[in-house]
Amino acid sequence: MIDKIVQSMAEAMADIKDGSTVLIGGFGAVGQPNALIDGLIEQGATDLTVAANNAGVGHVGLARLMELGRVRKIICSFPRSSDPVVFETLYRAGKIELEIVPQGTLAERMRAAGAGVPAFYTATGVGTKMAMGKETREFDGRAFVMERALVGDVGLVEAWEADRWGNLTFRESGRNFNPVIAMASNLTIVQTQHLRELGEIDPDHVVTPGIFVDRVLHVPYGDPTGF
Amino acid sequence: MPDTAATDFKPLSRVEMAARVARDIPEGWYVNLGIGIPTAIADHVPLDREVIFHSENGVLGMGPAPPREKIDPWLINAGKQYVTLRQGGSFCHHADSFSMIRGGHLDLCVLGAFQVAENGDIANWATSENDTAPAVGGAMDLAAGAKRLWVLMEHTTKDGTSKLVQRCSYPLTAVGAVKRVYTNLAVLDVTDRGFVVIDMAPGLTFDALQARTDAPLHRSA
Repeated sequence: MIDKIVQSMAEAMADIKDGSTVLIGGFGAVGQPNALIDGLIEQGATDLTVAANNAGVGHVGLARLMELGRVRKIICSFPRSSDPVVFETLYRAGKIELEIVPQGTLAERMRAAGAGVPAFYTATGVGTKMAMGKETREFDGRAFVMERALVGDVGLVEAWEADRWGNLTFRESGRNFNPVIAMASNLTIVQTQHLRELGEIDPDHVVTPGIFVDRVLHVPYGDPTGF
Repeated sequence: MPDTAATDFKPLSRVEMAARVARDIPEGWYVNLGIGIPTAIADHVPLDREVIFHSENGVLGMGPAPPREKIDPWLINAGKQYVTLRQGGSFCHHADSFSMIRGGHLDLCVLGAFQVAENGDIANWATSENDTAPAVGGAMDLAAGAKRLWVLMEHTTKDGTSKLVQRCSYPLTAVGAVKRVYTNLAVLDVTDRGFVVIDMAPGLTFDALQARTDAPLHRSA
């Protein structure tokens, strides 16, 4: 019997190694796997490369992980937030590496990773700082820049519903990066608001099929708050 | 700084600027509005003119902000403000949402900007090469991907420096992408000749507009 549901955070976080690349879902506070980020803080892996849309808010979650000196490099599109104090302090002190990626390129790099596409060409960023040092090539008279796939050693995902095979649904704008992170990561760990019996989720409504998911932890925390 | 007393004109307010852009958006267009003044454009498109608003975080068919008691904490826009979903609206994940942008499916994107050049270059994400923590978000995808890019911005900075320039001095967001610029003083198309003035604030003359603009302006034929 396949059962991807784990009973504890320790089980969910098992075997995450130092030096891992960790992809984290969420946009604003919505669809962000806060419990799993806290679990990663607890678990202890360090020298991490983290890819997420933002670079943490206040002193909790991702910001806390960075504050503890566990993040070597952050890959994101928008390192500003209502309170980016931790990131900015580390960045100014030269204690964290930053790779700025246009938001659509970030999502596409994850999708490409999930689809086995090692690199792709995009018009986004052509003629800007984003294209510096990257191959550009013309197709049908227009210039494109080559971007590499972004594979996660670990993906942290928040779902609305999950079953023991790892089939997932998402809620409203909580979907955001989560499905592509599930595809792009070698070890996809999911926190879900609701556990469903196998067959209970309408197959037509499954957004992320279980093949992309490794572990599911039930975290019924309610509604997202704050950004 | 030009002598404003020389002409008698009234610059558009921010609300009027947003309303001016809204006038030009026809029914049926799929539209993404950037963070800042462009967001207000949606308030001036009547609901019976069916324009479909897109937000980068996977929302298509976005409606107006909800009253406080009707906030849905799962439904935000790219500016992280609470929004609503219109009937017929849908959600998708980030890669699909940006496929709508990068695949050329959006009819229009309206962004704010620091500078627009007469060749259509836009600079709207960083004000200097040494910006401590540059944040690009989805601006480069939107600028390069939408079928049309319009810019909505003040004509000059607070100290009177023209934001319509011959060449951008700030880091670029996209090359040759802007098709039209709406400011508090004028509406200008970006053409092979450069900026062509197609509308001006009431009472403003072409010469007075040119005096406030770094890039050379052209009269519409």
